[in-house]
Amino acid sequence: MTESIERPAGATSTSATDHSSAAAPDRHISGVEIQLRDVVKKYPGQKSAAVESLSLTVPAGEVVMFIGPSGCGKTTSLKMINRLIEPTSGTITIGGEDVRGRDADELRRTIGYVIQGGSLFPHLTVADNIAVVPKLLKWSKQRTADRVEELLDLVGLEPGRYRDRYPRELSGGQQQRVGVARGLAADPPVVLMDEPFGAVDPITRQRLQDEMLGIQRELGKTIVCVTHDIDEAIKLGDRILILSEGAHVEQYDTPENVLAAPANDFVADFVGAGSTLKQLSLSRVDELQMLPWTTARVGDDAAEAVRRAEAAGHDCIVVLDARNRPIAWPWLRNLRRGGSIDIARRDELITLDQRATLNDALDTMLSSSHAGAIVTDSRDTYVGVVDFESVTTHIRSQEASAKEAQQARADGAVS
Amino acid sequence: MGEFIAERRQQIAYDMLQHANLVFQCVLVATLVAVLLAVLINRFRALEPIANAVSAIGLTLPAFALVGLLLPLTSLGTVTAFTCVVFYAVLPVLRNAVVGLAGVDPTLLESARGMGMSPVGVLLKVQLPLAWPVILAGVRTSMQMSMGIAAIAAYVLGPGLGSYIWRGLTQTGGANALNYALVGTIGIIAVALVADLLLLVLGRLTISKGVRVA
Repeated sequence: MTESIERPAGATSTSATDHSSAAAPDRHISGVEIQLRDVVKKYPGQKSAAVESLSLTVPAGEVVMFIGPSGCGKTTSLKMINRLIEPTSGTITIGGEDVRGRDADELRRTIGYVIQGGSLFPHLTVADNIAVVPKLLKWSKQRTADRVEELLDLVGLEPGRYRDRYPRELSGGQQQRVGVARGLAADPPVVLMDEPFGAVDPITRQRLQDEMLGIQRELGKTIVCVTHDIDEAIKLGDRILILSEGAHVEQYDTPENVLAAPANDFVADFVGAGSTLKQLSLSRVDELQMLPWTTARVGDDAAEAVRRAEAAGHDCIVVLDARNRPIAWPWLRNLRRGGSIDIARRDELITLDQRATLNDALDTMLSSSHAGAIVTDSRDTYVGVVDFESVTTHIRSQEASAKEAQQARADGAVS
Repeated sequence: MGEFIAERRQQIAYDMLQHANLVFQCVLVATLVAVLLAVLINRFRALEPIANAVSAIGLTLPAFALVGLLLPLTSLGTVTAFTCVVFYAVLPVLRNAVVGLAGVDPTLLESARGMGMSPVGVLLKVQLPLAWPVILAGVRTSMQMSMGIAAIAAYVLGPGLGSYIWRGLTQTGGANALNYALVGTIGIIAVALVADLLLLVLGRLTISKGVRVA
């Protein structure tokens, strides 16, 4: 078992706009710190180094996103952590231990590794794919099987249905989920990800990102993730490392600070236009004021539910199943027939994870006929409803507090 | 013809088994040799042109000529026949094994290494299982080809049905010449069909459902 450490207060920026998951004080952390010191990678026959002297500390339990133009050395830097690439000089420590102090194969079994598309072995079943590292670690059959079950649950794939399938029988998103499960199989304190969601369509990617945030919230691993997508970096990262050629650090900071105060023109260019819009992906749905909505359970009396909704001024009702998961959002006119509420699970009901960004929330609301969205937690249970007004209210209050902070700084400068 | 076979029923059955036995053993040895070579070639890519040249020349070399070349070294009998058949049997398997191993997605290999599999583990658990369908296709070609080569190798008193064909040829015009040639030929085809069926079954049993075609 890895020790659970409480995150020290003020580990990240405490500015008014800081709402990253890192700020939550009650999170449990199972990750350990990664340190790179003066790490250099030179390939023979090349004039300039692929990585010239990279020094970096990745705090325990944080997600750090490596981003930069292609060829900047971000993937090389990542692969030096698990020694898929050996550094020319410099030291890398994980949890204070030099990675060169142990056998490379043994080291890698203690580091999760997730790459684009999941990179599952096509000749192995889902269960066998996930069991690769546990088998290398010589876990017992029972322990491995239990762990596979647990992980499939964690990534939202029903074990009974998916355990014995082969990768080609899965969708891209499902393959990627199995890839994440495989990376977490032996409960490694550190997980390395190389463009994990690069190979799936945008909607699936958004879903997978939300799930990853949910999983990370539960597990508190130290995650280093390479991406080329600045929006993904902003959404997933507790910190973002922006690199230019030669793995030169342009800025290493929280997404909030990178957006609000780019260190230089390179970063500003990289972050690109519309940084105000991008701020939308920094706030999460659970920061919004949830609207209390009329809910009813399957089997409840429809007429009674309609009365309650009318009293509250609602024109529709959220129907929950026995485990409190929303299954439908019918209009009152569809319930006036009376009797008991009898609605089967509808796949088209799109819910919003409470860790989703406001960006995703707006997106969901725009495509919903209800002009709102049902919010659920990581277990798919019902939390509340948000609408456009909750988003604008939140943004206004944020703007106000940002102005206040700016004003305070200006006052401070004057006096 | 019916009488010819009836008189020699036991002998023919025995020779068919001998023929199958020779070919099976040769193909087995050839497969092991070819896969081993292919693994080396896959590791040291510089070897690939050499291997291609050798197999190209090898396939143009008439089997009859090889038998003649081997004769001074290994003398008459089973050893010469065996060596000759193995030589030809290696070539198709080698070619397919090289292609099969090279066809394994490099990102899979990297992800295997990244999870802490040893190089041998990667070979046995990832590369070979994924290349196996292609290798097995090579084995089937090799098996078919070896059936014919083994008949030629009977010229140096190797075992099997080849001797029937040779006797048919040397006795041309004689009473049973045609019968000998036909029994030899049809017998070999029958053995070849059964062998191919067995390889199909082997494929069914050993190729993972996750990579099987259809």
